[in-house]
Amino acid sequence: MKKTYYLFNPGRLSRQDNTLKYTAYDEAGAEGQTRFLPIEDVADLYVFGALDANSALYNFLGKNGVSVHFFDYYEHYTGSFMAKEYLLAGRLQVAQTGHYTSLPKRLVLARKLVEGAAFNLLKNLRYYQSRGREVGAEIAQMELYVAALPHATTIAEIMGYEGNIRQTYYRCFEQLVRVPGFTFDKRSTQPPQNELNALLSFGNMLCYAACLSQIYHTQLNPTISFLHEPGSRRFSLALDMAEIFKPLLVDRTIFRLLNKKEIQPRDFVRELDGCLLKETGRKTFVRVFEERLKETIQHRRLNRTVSYQHLIKLECYKLTKHLLAMEEYQPFKAWW
Amino acid sequence: MKPLTATHVKYFHLCQRKLWLFDRDVWMEHTSEAVAAGELLHQTAYPQRAERYREISIGGSRIDFYDPQRKVVHELKKSNKMEASNVAQVKYYLWLLEAHGVEGPTAILEYPKLRQTQAVDLTAEDRARIPGELAAMRTLLADETTCPPVINKPFCKQCAYYEFCYVAE
Ligand code: SF4
Repeated sequence: MKKTYYLFNPGRLSRQDNTLKYTAYDEAGAEGQTRFLPIEDVADLYVFGALDANSALYNFLGKNGVSVHFFDYYEHYTGSFMAKEYLLAGRLQVAQTGHYTSLPKRLVLARKLVEGAAFNLLKNLRYYQSRGREVGAEIAQMELYVAALPHATTIAEIMGYEGNIRQTYYRCFEQLVRVPGFTFDKRSTQPPQNELNALLSFGNMLCYAACLSQIYHTQLNPTISFLHEPGSRRFSLALDMAEIFKPLLVDRTIFRLLNKKEIQPRDFVRELDGCLLKETGRKTFVRVFEERLKETIQHRRLNRTVSYQHLIKLECYKLTKHLLAMEEYQPFKAWW
Repeated sequence: MKPLTATHVKYFHLCQRKLWLFDRDVWMEHTSEAVAAGELLHQTAYPQRAERYREISIGGSRIDFYDPQRKVVHELKKSNKMEASNVAQVKYYLWLLEAHGVEGPTAILEYPKLRQTQAVDLTAEDRARIPGELAAMRTLLADETTCPPVINKPFCKQCAYYEFCYVAE
């Protein structure tokens, strides 16, 4: 199985025969430890620290279908090196564009995406409700927004409902995370204002990148999206997909990390203008997030066990079928 | 319109849905282990044969092992489970060769793993059937909105499109 590799430290990446050679730099900039990765084991690379590399390396990565995703100091996604788009399908692209340019067609998909996201958010709240947390009012409120979705006639309206649903959901966080040292007043980004927000930003970014990787292995064009405006980020279809999976992949990871005290206040730095996860915290988060991606469930239609990561790909298949007028898209709703 | 290839012909006999998807470049083979095994078979089955046989491209299709002296097409297959579609594919090669002026070509389907071979000829019936089949394929593929339905056969479980076809929610 190919794996995703995360490079946190500054270093140099180069090609040595059919192997990637990674040499870390220490704090003084001197060369430190060297690691070798056989290229056939690498699915993609996520780069958080400064990386030195030359075009020969990128040619090598490109030929082997390895993409590289970059993140800045604040852990924001800044861009990708994508191997040549080896799977683009002409007629599917035309269909995908058609579903973006026709408002009625786009509305159908945008609604379904929000519907699926809301279902999965509600699933999280209901789980905690069954364990005695008081989130009934928020659930009722969110259900009202969901019920209003079919009446929306513009994408802006749907996005508005989506925003309302999320805000209401986040109001429950104080209830769900009852760990000393963590407060949550409201969602803040760029930069996140407290620890919980820092975790959400980091997790959402990982989810976005995970969706992007999966989309890349299908024939969908990652730049054409339906809920989010294409261009809001380069690969906005990944934003659409991430909506559906964030509740399961990111939020549940955060609840686990905090409730099991795997991440603690000391894993953050508070700076003048915000709050960031330290390297220790990021490593823990990535480890648990990766575990989550590999966790499997029994798929009730396919009679196979599939990983969460694979569920993202299946979502791409369903979308493809919708675009080719084969079968109406039904968003993934956690059924277990 | 893109030319129809021997793969189209094979899929036409295997599953028309697969054909429709394949023609739209919605292909899954890059993730399929069965296909990787097939490629390995080609590389390893008869490494010494490279000298005697040629790879030729004809009418948009590629024949991996062709013996121009004897006018014999050799086609390697992993198993004989899909026999009918294998035969249809190879007959299409023969039909193409004839259309390009080769007289009396024949073919041998080889199943190295099973230590079996099977001779295939182009019959008068085939010559009458193939043009009609190609026309039927063109009609089917030109239809933008009607993908042929799932065939629900045991074979689906091994098909690279299985998850694509059967995932619903
Ligand atoms: S899974 Fe079955 S229906 Fe789908 S393409 Fe394969 S053979 Fe055809």
